[in-house]
Amino acid sequence: MSLVELHAIHKSFGALEVLKGIDLAIDEGQVIALIGKSGSGKSTLLRTINGLEVIDDGVIMVDGKKISERDTDLLALRLQVGMVFQQFNLFPHYTALENVMLSPQVVKKQSKAEARAIAEEMLTKVGLADKMMHYPDQLSGGQQQRVAIARALAMKPKVLLCDEVTSALDPELVNEVLAVVRQLAEEGMTLVMVTHEMRFAREVCDKLVFMHQGRIHETGDPEEVFSNPKTPELSSFVGGLA
Amino acid sequence: MAYKFDFGAIVPHWELLVDGVILTTELTVIGAVIGVGLGIMGAWARASRAPVISQIVGIYVELIRNTPFLVQLFFIFFGLPALGVKLSEFQAAVLAMIVNLGAYSTEIVRAGILAIPQGQIEAAQSLAMNRVQIFRYVVLLPALKKIWPALSSQIVIVMLGSSVCSQIAAEELTFGANYIQAINFRAFEVYFVVTGLYLVMSILLRMGLKVLGNFLFERRRHV
Ligand SMILES: Nc1ncnc2c1ncn2[C@@H]1O[C@H](COP(=O)(O)OP(=O)(O)O)[C@@H](O)[C@H]1O
Ligand SMILES: [Mg+2]
Repeated sequence: MSLVELHAIHKSFGALEVLKGIDLAIDEGQVIALIGKSGSGKSTLLRTINGLEVIDDGVIMVDGKKISERDTDLLALRLQVGMVFQQFNLFPHYTALENVMLSPQVVKKQSKAEARAIAEEMLTKVGLADKMMHYPDQLSGGQQQRVAIARALAMKPKVLLCDEVTSALDPELVNEVLAVVRQLAEEGMTLVMVTHEMRFAREVCDKLVFMHQGRIHETGDPEEVFSNPKTPELSSFVGGLA
Repeated sequence: MAYKFDFGAIVPHWELLVDGVILTTELTVIGAVIGVGLGIMGAWARASRAPVISQIVGIYVELIRNTPFLVQLFFIFFGLPALGVKLSEFQAAVLAMIVNLGAYSTEIVRAGILAIPQGQIEAAQSLAMNRVQIFRYVVLLPALKKIWPALSSQIVIVMLGSSVCSQIAAEELTFGANYIQAINFRAFEVYFVVTGLYLVMSILLRMGLKVLGNFLFERRRHV
């Protein structure tokens, strides 16, 4: 049994069918790269996994449990599935430390001391031990994104979803964020990441999923898929990037 | 026949003016605190997914914003007793101010809520926070910060609007002024002084709200 299983997921926005039957299994400890052209449905797929998008049809199982649309189910699901966004989305009125402490305190009802200990641990892990008292607007984009990762990790999720976490960053800040993601992967964190960093995907990920027009078009071992794409679409996608 | 100013004629009645200032202040503080609280709840209801509640609040807001405050006051003081709800002058005045400010601040606070980027809310959702937690910890403070100047102005408007409560004999500042000039016929002097008192109260109220805003929204700078 996989940690997350998607069966025949369908999702439309109005008349636009964005996900046309997605099947995907995510195993514990697996690092999956989700690639594909803009508009192919990568973000929508990621967002269905933690219930930010309600699916029209299909089944999502997390840890062997089927997820319904009920609020209680969604909250339970999100305790297992963390997410990091392209735009960081830190809470501007809280310091880095408070951003990370908030959810453990109010959702998990941890004591302030407990939440603080975990937050400090996570911020240290992402290399921001000296920035804990800074507000988001006092941090660079790369630092903000690392706070966002620490914030998600403090909830101890079983899976972390990353949606183009480096796309909003200046080029010189990309590597500090990728280094953190790479470290998580090496520690055995289960990751699903939408990314355009093909070299990174090739080096770090166990499995590559290529999306095309709302479907999983090709999937496999990154090395294999990159050097020997089977479909013309992936071939032209990879070629277009190189 | 030059009019001879005699501000001294007010002096014997100074206690009435002081009482008026105190009552106006009480009306304003109670009306503002509860009215803004009502506005926050109203704004939340408007932004929530419950369509019936949202519509009821919408009707309340439109009803209040499209009728005169004086009529609202008369309705509460003279109209409600027909339904068995009999309020004192002070109670009626304060209720009218709460209801009035509640409607205006619902719209103001709602604008602040709508200005919160959707990404903030999604981040909070993906941290497993529920609706109430998201509103309380993620939305409310930044939303209030955005609209604090508009909300402050509305509170000042309501404070000045409290002068019409003299019409139901609530003994606030304008009531005191009316009373004094009816005794000493010194309308110019009395209203001149009362105008000055309202002006000072407005300025102090604005300053107070600014200080409160700084306290609520300015970050405690750690670095
Ligand atoms: N909330 C939405 N409402 C309507 N259309 C949407 C919405 N979100 C995404 N879409 C559309 O769905 C398609 C897939 O979007 P998305 O999943 O963001 O693609 P990707 O992340 O691969 O670029 C796009 O055509 C996009 O315009
Ligand atoms: Mg996307």
